[in-house]
Amino acid sequence: MTITVYIPGDAAALALGADDVAAAISSAAVKRGLDICIVRNGSRGLFWLEPLLEVVTTEGRIAYGPVTVADVASLFAANFTTGGKHPLRLGNIEDIPYLARQQRVTMRRVGVIDPRSLADYLTHGGGKGLDLARSLPPADIVRMITDSGLRGRGGAAFPTGIKWKTVLDTSASQKYIVCNADEGDSGTFSDRMLMEGDPFCLIEGMAIAGLAAGANMGYIYVRSEYPHAIATLNAALAGARDWLGEFRIEVRKAAGAYVCGEETALLESLEGKRGIVRSKPPLPAISGLFGQPTVINNVITLASVADILAQGVSFYRELGVGRSRGTLPFQLAGNIKYGGLIEVPFGCTLRELLYDYGGGSRSGRPLRAVQVGGPLGAYLPEAQFDTVLDYEAFAAIGAVLGHGGIVVFDDTVDMARQARYAMKFCVLESCGKCTPCRIGSTRGVEVIDRIRAGQVEQIELLRDLCDTMTYGSLCAMGSMTPYPVLSALNHFPEDFQ
Amino acid sequence: MADSSMELVQRIVAAKCNLPGALLPILHDIQDGLGYVPEEAVPLIAKELNLSRAEVHGVITYYHHFRQAPPGSHVVHVCCAEACQSVGSEVLAAHAKVRLKDSDFTLEPVYCLGLCSIGPAIQIDEMTLHARVTPEKFDALMDALGART
Repeated sequence: MTITVYIPGDAAALALGADDVAAAISSAAVKRGLDICIVRNGSRGLFWLEPLLEVVTTEGRIAYGPVTVADVASLFAANFTTGGKHPLRLGNIEDIPYLARQQRVTMRRVGVIDPRSLADYLTHGGGKGLDLARSLPPADIVRMITDSGLRGRGGAAFPTGIKWKTVLDTSASQKYIVCNADEGDSGTFSDRMLMEGDPFCLIEGMAIAGLAAGANMGYIYVRSEYPHAIATLNAALAGARDWLGEFRIEVRKAAGAYVCGEETALLESLEGKRGIVRSKPPLPAISGLFGQPTVINNVITLASVADILAQGVSFYRELGVGRSRGTLPFQLAGNIKYGGLIEVPFGCTLRELLYDYGGGSRSGRPLRAVQVGGPLGAYLPEAQFDTVLDYEAFAAIGAVLGHGGIVVFDDTVDMARQARYAMKFCVLESCGKCTPCRIGSTRGVEVIDRIRAGQVEQIELLRDLCDTMTYGSLCAMGSMTPYPVLSALNHFPEDFQ
Repeated sequence: MADSSMELVQRIVAAKCNLPGALLPILHDIQDGLGYVPEEAVPLIAKELNLSRAEVHGVITYYHHFRQAPPGSHVVHVCCAEACQSVGSEVLAAHAKVRLKDSDFTLEPVYCLGLCSIGPAIQIDEMTLHARVTPEKFDALMDALGART
């Protein structure tokens, strides 16, 4: 009988040696005359356990991890293929509290299925949203998305249904669906995990968006730093042609410009130009890609759509808190003991994620600062760890949830240095179109250097500069760089003395 | 540029010039094939896409990913973004610079590889990734690739 073994092909698992483990398992199996089928699944997102191997037994899937090549001989000696006892044996991975306490909706198939198999996707509940969408008038699909309360998961949290309605209501011979997979924020990897672990979920969401908005062409703009995601998407798309019908999707590789995560810069880049931010209006929903009405949404936004249709609007809407409905796959990163993917409904606190899930710092030292929402997100001190994970609650303290990335720093961090880095990153990545961002960031680095050299009276100048950048920049690159700078200055003033 | 390289550029441009927004896909294919985008390719691309040479040059130089000169025998990217900084990437990046000083490897920073829970992370060439890289682990990886010391 064929024994099925799951070994993740997710980039994080690969970085921890999953390919070598797969090769060792495969050759050991041949030597022992065992018929083993290795499936390269996505990652469950419990990275301290990667490479995480799962074997299908009569008692269900039994996990072992973290597995190295050196463990392979002892795993076979312990009869892991039938779930045998071994120091690395974890039992059913879904019973581990880290996973059991989560409420995975959008990411529920990631790490479970073979990401390149459409049949596996359909067996695990995929496809129902698209089936339903095909039987509905476009306006009904849009209404369901609006009623679900889904807001853009890329960071801006704009109501998805309103965006879709604008495109639906704008008449044009050609419309587009664009997926923003330019996940450049440090501390974020949920887009990558979804594309590598459940690409059909994204593809289905785009096809539904196509039906809702009246578009027959979609593009997925993926950052060049994610070659494994690009390969998985292309493999999935090759097997999805018949399923998609008339809707076509093409993967486009980005070229390493952070600002292309901004939607209008992304559209410029897709058109083959420098990724320079456009002035709005016109909105992309009215004049987007090649001047046509365009739905442009983040990966997780589009991946949430199929379930909203399949499981019902109220199912999604009942999750969450305030105006933040549904779930968000948070990403716990940086100096953290148990880093990984935590999908929960909005409403728990940052502290729960940091300590109950994350177990504190990896270094064992006290946590000092946590940056939420990427390089343009604020640094939060311990006093703010009880903030509820909700878009509005974060806005109220001058912070952002963004794409749900949480980067943890211990007490060795120099916050003036982090503030300088935020400005420096803006120097490197500014598209150059508007002056506050292009010049302001360079001046910002200089001013922070002077403050760090002892000229504390320059702090007032830094605040003034941040004010100009916040209110004078064309897009979030320049207008939000002050978030990490000012939060560092306000919450950790001792580092600037 | 060798004749064979020019032929490759011509083949790529001919195959892709009718794609909507063809410039980035063309530049990617050229760099994947040759390791960089040679200056001599610019007029040819410009002509086929009905763009000025300045526009093509502007795109090549705008994006960090495209290079205008051949890279070394291996390209090593060290992640320098915040999540990796929190676990020591600045020390690693400084170490990497010294270790590869006399090698013919190309060392470049990268701002996030999406391996933020298991940093510091590096990428070698395109498809090889390593996590929790200490300076010692870095040296072992570079030694294995035959980087001159």
